[in-house]
Amino acid sequence: MTSLLVIIVLVLLAIAIWQLTKIFDLTQIGSGTASDNSEIATDRDNNIQGYLMFGFLAFIYIITIFCVVEYGSLPLISDSASEHGEQVDNLMVLTLWIIFIVQTITQALLHYFSFKYRGKQGKVALYFADNDRLEFIWSVIPAIVLAGLILYGLFAWTNIMYVDEDENPIVVEVYAKQFSWEVRYSGKDNVLGKANVRYIEGTNTLGVDMSDAHSQDDITASELHIPKGKKVLFKLRSQDVLHSFYLPHFRAQMNCVPGMVTQFAFVPKFTTEEMRNRPGMPEKVAKINDLRAKRSKELIVAGKEGLDPYTFDYVLLCNKICGTSHYNMQMKVVVHEPADYERWLSEQKTMAQKMQEEKAADAPADAPAQAKDSAGAMAAVAPKEIALAN
Amino acid sequence: MSAVAHDLDHGHAHDHGHDGHEHHHKDTFITKYIFSIDHKMIAKQYLITGIIMGIIGVGMSLLFRMQLAWPEESFKVFSWFLGEKHAPGGVMTNDIYLALVTIHGTIMVFFVLTAGLSGTFSNLLIPLQIGARDMASGFLNMISYWLFFTSSVIMVISLFVEAGPASAGWTIYPPLSALPQAIPGSGAGMTLWLVSMAIFIASSLLGSLNYIVTVINLRTKGMSMTRLPLTIWAFFVTAIIGVVSFPVLLSAALLLIMDRSFGTSFFLSDIYIAGEVLHYQGGSPVLFEHLFWFLGHPEVYIVILPAMGLVSEIMATNSRKPIFGYRAMIMSILAIAFLSTIVWGHHMFLSGMNPFLGSVFTFTTLLIAIPSAVKAFNWITTIWKGNIQMNTAMLFAIGFVSTFITGGLTGIILGDSTLDINVHDTYFVVAHFHLVMGISALYGMFAGIYHWYPRMFGRMLNKNLGYIHFWVTAICAYGVFFPMHFIGMAGLPRRYYTNTAFPLFDDLQDVNVLITVFALVGGAFQLVFLFNFFYSMFYGKKSVQNPWRATTLEWTAPVEHIHGNWPGEIPTVHRWAYDYSKPGHDDDFVPQDVPMKPGEEVLNH
Repeated sequence: MTSLLVIIVLVLLAIAIWQLTKIFDLTQIGSGTASDNSEIATDRDNNIQGYLMFGFLAFIYIITIFCVVEYGSLPLISDSASEHGEQVDNLMVLTLWIIFIVQTITQALLHYFSFKYRGKQGKVALYFADNDRLEFIWSVIPAIVLAGLILYGLFAWTNIMYVDEDENPIVVEVYAKQFSWEVRYSGKDNVLGKANVRYIEGTNTLGVDMSDAHSQDDITASELHIPKGKKVLFKLRSQDVLHSFYLPHFRAQMNCVPGMVTQFAFVPKFTTEEMRNRPGMPEKVAKINDLRAKRSKELIVAGKEGLDPYTFDYVLLCNKICGTSHYNMQMKVVVHEPADYERWLSEQKTMAQKMQEEKAADAPADAPAQAKDSAGAMAAVAPKEIALAN
Repeated sequence: MSAVAHDLDHGHAHDHGHDGHEHHHKDTFITKYIFSIDHKMIAKQYLITGIIMGIIGVGMSLLFRMQLAWPEESFKVFSWFLGEKHAPGGVMTNDIYLALVTIHGTIMVFFVLTAGLSGTFSNLLIPLQIGARDMASGFLNMISYWLFFTSSVIMVISLFVEAGPASAGWTIYPPLSALPQAIPGSGAGMTLWLVSMAIFIASSLLGSLNYIVTVINLRTKGMSMTRLPLTIWAFFVTAIIGVVSFPVLLSAALLLIMDRSFGTSFFLSDIYIAGEVLHYQGGSPVLFEHLFWFLGHPEVYIVILPAMGLVSEIMATNSRKPIFGYRAMIMSILAIAFLSTIVWGHHMFLSGMNPFLGSVFTFTTLLIAIPSAVKAFNWITTIWKGNIQMNTAMLFAIGFVSTFITGGLTGIILGDSTLDINVHDTYFVVAHFHLVMGISALYGMFAGIYHWYPRMFGRMLNKNLGYIHFWVTAICAYGVFFPMHFIGMAGLPRRYYTNTAFPLFDDLQDVNVLITVFALVGGAFQLVFLFNFFYSMFYGKKSVQNPWRATTLEWTAPVEHIHGNWPGEIPTVHRWAYDYSKPGHDDDFVPQDVPMKPGEEVLNH
């Protein structure tokens, strides 16, 4: 039935277009010019198309205004949740203004000229082939504007990307795999223990080298908790394919590359709680919840599970195609007040503790030989280890 | 050598040239239509293969746009095209979504916009516009087409393998593309993809070398480099960039094949997947990214430069004005070509390479804006005070400048490493490159087809169907890609099968629906073009020799195709290609083979 409908629609569309051209053709007949049927534009065509060109300029402006009014609140170009994000946002807004102005002017010139100078029999175009001064002007003006943008951009980039380790940032490892994230805190010594995928075993899913002294106090978690107002240096690893560590609200992104440690650092500016109450956020969340409620009703009517209401949380996304479930590789991110962060962290168990517990739990069930076995296996791989400098 | 041979051949043979098709060589169906060595026939072969691949590529985009607008809903079309395996109950699976995205990108970039656009028009126009009988080597030219055809067939075959076609994105970054454990498409599908691309590169290199040699050696008497039409400059420089950068992609593909099949570790290291540690050690995916983008970035200029050349030519002809700033146009083509080879790192700001390199690539990337701006302003000045003939080709040329500006401007954001942090790999990028190289290059291709159709087929395309095609396409193209910038800046990543996993993005869903509706309408109206194209081939109005009253040499050749292009002597060139509306002449155009009048001023253009 649906297919029949589709076919009917297509056929009708084809007939409509055919009729439309027929009408066009008929309107041409009375128009007087000799070369009617040549498929070359006549004065009449020039006129109609010239006006349409002018109309198209209006269309470009209208779609711009429509998008800005209707979707203008969507872009993340203000109220960044990280300190460096302000710089990014400022540069973004500045660049957007420049683009907007240039776009408005050049499109106007292009389409207005197309309209104004539409052809007419007997009109003669100006033989104007060259003008060094004009060429000079429109080489130099973009060059100057771009020089400004480049300088601003490079200062910001240097500022963001070069991390001063003397500032003593909190070192956190974010570990990517198909299709989830894990976190490892460096613990009291603020140094991450060495790690390599060859150590992955049991609960040691991050492949941490437990023979490294720095590893003992490391803490693993499945949510990313960070304190407000402190620089956090993220060390990024991946165990299988490329992933990308993307935190849009913090204006932060860096690829996670297997075989390599990459990094990104920033200072969170608002706690999760504060961010939920930033201007505009409650409205945004309310709008999303309206949409979700509606959708949820539809789903329930269709006999499917409804949707939960949404509360704002920072989220970490994977932003590099990484496999079939790439679209759902996420982790919740929580920004605390520093004191709350310390409390949360102190409640977590260190890796050494976790392993001890695991061993204790295993011991009564399995023969002690097994524990020895795995220890032996661990020792055997150790020489092959590639030290991942942190 | 072969061109010289043709020369002699035609010196004797043109007296019975009244029927171009039976002209000489005792052409059989096979030598005339299939294994032809005539550049005009090869151009048509490229064009039609490109159009067929284009139908596949655009069709795929419509399918995945539907999935994005109405995620995980059931559609009959999905069952029809994807089958029960990839769309159980008419719901597209996430596997096939990524495959569609990947193959759409590959087909559109390489098979449609590289081979279909540059292959068609370089072949058609280089010999005709420089006044040569054929390419330097007709035989290599034929081989080049048939390699392209083979690679197209292999690419299409890869759609039907058991585990699905390549689905690691058109950039095929390893390890995802190297490990079948990582994604099903990285099995046989990926192997076929690599084989297809290797053959494609061979085809492209043979073609490019031929173009370069032809432009350098076979220009007719009087056709100095500074009298060449800008189309030829664009094709010439494009071919050079192709020769410089395509071999690097070939090396990347070969190394990837070795990693996949022979256990080497060029791009792989320290991988734990599907419960086991793989043996790879010491390679780096970042190396692959460098190799890929060393081609990948020049590739976008390989796509856009020919379109720029076509548009320059069409704008001058239809404005009845010389192209403004001819030498500046050549200089900017050369500048863009040079810069295009040293900006690849802007795709990799966040790849983990040294941030200092990010600074360098930001600098070189933003420099490209200068020659691009010069070109845009020169086009605008070309139509200023013109006598614009609104033929369909001209509409597409104006549309090209419009989308090139709109899409190009957002390049200032993406080329700036600081701003790239938050929009990298989001829909902002998708919007940017689709406008600036996808839609623009397609407009260039359409403009070229509408303009040179009479030259190719001896018939005219219906102009009213052309107008409908243009206006619906123009509106839909902006309708699709303008709102897309906004969802990109909202942080929506590309290559997500559905955005429903993130409630955060729920308020972007209506934008996605709007985009998809525009895409479907725009896609449907390409049928108007297809109908016009194939119908006019047989029933279109017969063309006169020079329908657009253009100055370039291809219009001095007879409508009937003959092998060797001109029945008698090849024309001699006396002036540049842009003497439109020159004062002191009766007509508003002076073809290049018309001698200068005594005392006529030679401009130092």
